[in-house]
Amino acid sequence: MTPTAPTAASTVAPTGNAATARNPVLAWLAGSVQQLLAVASLIAILVFFSFASPYFFTPSNLIGILMAATVTGILALGTTFVIVSGGIDLSIGTGMTLCGVMAGVFLTNWGWPLWAGVLGAVLFGGLIGFLNGLSVSVLGLPPFIATLGMMLIASGLALVISGTKPIYFKSQPSFQLLMNQSVIPGHRFPLGVVIFLVLIVLSAVVLAKTILGRYAFSIGSNEEATALSGVNVARWKIIIYTVSGLFVGVAGVLAASRLSSAQPVGGLGLELEAIAAVVIGGTSLQGGRGSIAGTVVGSLIVAVLTNGLRVTEVPQEWQSVAVGCVIIAAVYVDMLRRKRA
Amino acid sequence: MNDTVLLRVTGAGKSFPGVRALDDVDLDLRHGEVHAVVGENGAGKSTLMKLLSGIDRPDSGEFLLDGRPYTPSNPRHAQELGISIIHQELNLMADLTVAQNIFIGREPRTAGIVLNDRALNRRTGQLLARLGLPLEPTDLVGDLTVARQQMVEIAKAMSFNARVLIMDEPTAALNDTEVTTLFGLIRQFVTPATGVIYISHRMHELAQISDRITVLRDGHYIDTLDTASASVPQVISLMVGRDVATQQRPPTTTRTGECVLSVRGLGTKALLRDVSFDLHRGEILGFAGLMGAGRTEVARAVVGADRKEAGTITVHGREVAIARPADAAKAGIGYLSEDRKRYGLLLGASVRDNIALASLPMFTNRLGFVADGKIGAAAAGQVSKLRIRTPSAAQLAQNLSGGNQQKAVVAKWLVRDCDILIFDEPTRGIDVGAKEEIYALLDDMAAHGKAIIMISSELPEVLRMSHRIAVMCAGRLTAVLDNADATPEKIMHFATHFGAEGTVTS
Repeated sequence: MTPTAPTAASTVAPTGNAATARNPVLAWLAGSVQQLLAVASLIAILVFFSFASPYFFTPSNLIGILMAATVTGILALGTTFVIVSGGIDLSIGTGMTLCGVMAGVFLTNWGWPLWAGVLGAVLFGGLIGFLNGLSVSVLGLPPFIATLGMMLIASGLALVISGTKPIYFKSQPSFQLLMNQSVIPGHRFPLGVVIFLVLIVLSAVVLAKTILGRYAFSIGSNEEATALSGVNVARWKIIIYTVSGLFVGVAGVLAASRLSSAQPVGGLGLELEAIAAVVIGGTSLQGGRGSIAGTVVGSLIVAVLTNGLRVTEVPQEWQSVAVGCVIIAAVYVDMLRRKRA
Repeated sequence: MNDTVLLRVTGAGKSFPGVRALDDVDLDLRHGEVHAVVGENGAGKSTLMKLLSGIDRPDSGEFLLDGRPYTPSNPRHAQELGISIIHQELNLMADLTVAQNIFIGREPRTAGIVLNDRALNRRTGQLLARLGLPLEPTDLVGDLTVARQQMVEIAKAMSFNARVLIMDEPTAALNDTEVTTLFGLIRQFVTPATGVIYISHRMHELAQISDRITVLRDGHYIDTLDTASASVPQVISLMVGRDVATQQRPPTTTRTGECVLSVRGLGTKALLRDVSFDLHRGEILGFAGLMGAGRTEVARAVVGADRKEAGTITVHGREVAIARPADAAKAGIGYLSEDRKRYGLLLGASVRDNIALASLPMFTNRLGFVADGKIGAAAAGQVSKLRIRTPSAAQLAQNLSGGNQQKAVVAKWLVRDCDILIFDEPTRGIDVGAKEEIYALLDDMAAHGKAIIMISSELPEVLRMSHRIAVMCAGRLTAVLDNADATPEKIMHFATHFGAEGTVTS
């Protein structure tokens, strides 16, 4: 059952390859093939698991999928900006862990009020992103290296600051409600999912409608030409990484809230899951192309696949095999498209 | 030198899509001869060398090496047949040693798999000793000066027992002492069994090193002269031809608008030395010079795309600090690169977005929202004003023809309202009809008060468009001519003004 999505992904690619770019409608279709493909794959997976297990297509399980998608999804939303601009951010997973730990420090150790602790943790994420932006723009390091360094720094600092032990939010019992409080009385519809939905809309608007999003696409499309057009590329790259960092902060707070504790480990690997979600959603790792809608669908594909395999009682080990296959197929499609360009 | 022919080329022809790069070109290299090949940019020198060195295949023509047909299938094959080329850009691996570079792909091996470094270094040592080259086999090539790296290339060519050595602008990066050493090596290489084809723009060098000079122009064979009886003006007039001088000139030659851009003492680490010039309102200032003279570098340094080592830039009487293109744009200077696809356009974005790229903040409200409606209106206005042929402003830039892409880049800077525009090879890769439109556009912009710098490698274009012509050579400005005084010969004279000290101010 694992090959469902990968096969679909790799067979449709040549169609996009063959479409000529002369006609704008065809060009649009060709450009959107992977996104349409992603939606189709998501539906196919949903249908497949609905038949495979009676427990899959139930309200509580679907909410569970959304819950599972929330943290990685928020990371993916932020990093979509970075990837569209032609960069990469490997520090979002452990950065998220560090932000959760900082929330614990602010609220539990320092006794800040709830709003200040949460805001502080989110802004701390922004600081991590800002530093990434400086390394990339001012020091001129390749994004991969700059954020690989930050990934290790954040991972280490999370352990150092927490003393390698989880921090519990004893003084702020309402902290755990951020993720888990249901917004519909009597039903389980957690606040965390609502925050995810709000961020989806927000980031979609920012990417598609604001100057920040426009410059992200321009820089990813042709950084040199954008700079020669008089755009201060260095400054905008710093802003883009900072935005990504703010999303990391939010994800860190929600992850800690879900567990009612700040865990000093566990974020490692989420960065790759988030990048996978972005790529599966049709955003090119070469930059210049992508959408928030695609990222959302990509996040859901990963979450549904993981959940569906669990519900159908496929052993845990096989779940990562399946996700791995999807990632490879998605990147392969990205490469086919790049070859055509 | 005797008069028997080592290498004979008759009727060589080669076309690339849209260009007849070589048409019926002859060349004969005698035994023991150093034969110079000269010509302007695009005369066909490089193409001919690519055919000889096996990089490209000729469409027509006969190639005879020692009377036998010579048809190399690739550069390696050409080397085995006895013709080696030393490119202007040296093809060496900086992290490998001298010996590893010379025998790359032919390393002595033990039992077919284990590299035998001792044999490698011994053979290289013998080779270097035979040539009298002051190199060690184990030196890292990256640590050597350019002159010594060139020696490595020469040694490599000799290791193939080359009979014909082609050298493309070998002195471009050498100082005078190094040039003397190189010439010594060339004379040492030339025996009755061998010959050298020597490509250079440096007229005075030809007299020192060459026996005969063949002139190419626009892909055609023009003439072959004995160096001993040829004069520099004679060679230059053969290079540029006579037909150019009578062509169209700008309608009004000198304009006296106020000075809008003043560059003083501009220098870069790599190339530029003390470049100073003024640009006036309503003027087109042409920049002429040979490949690598530093014209593009001037433009890039002025707009802050490359780092300046020295110099000041004054715009409208106020000195401005330009560290990056964003500062230049703020000062009203727009740069249109020679490589539109790489540096000018977002190929995958729409014409509309490309036109808005330089002035996005103008179309953005305080919250950061981009007003797509206003952008569309502005873009549509430019599309019709510049007559950009596209089904709509939403068309992707990559689907436009070269001329229309160029217009889209122009539109980008018109929307930004820059009054100083630097065009780098504005008509490169554009077909003849579209060229006329670009010329008309440039004239029109100048007439409406824009100040324009036009860098061009085509002399007819420079003479036709520019009110004044700045000529560059080896990173220096060697002349600024009024159009009325300018002739192709004069320009070529100053463009080959190597070794002269100092620089001029317009």
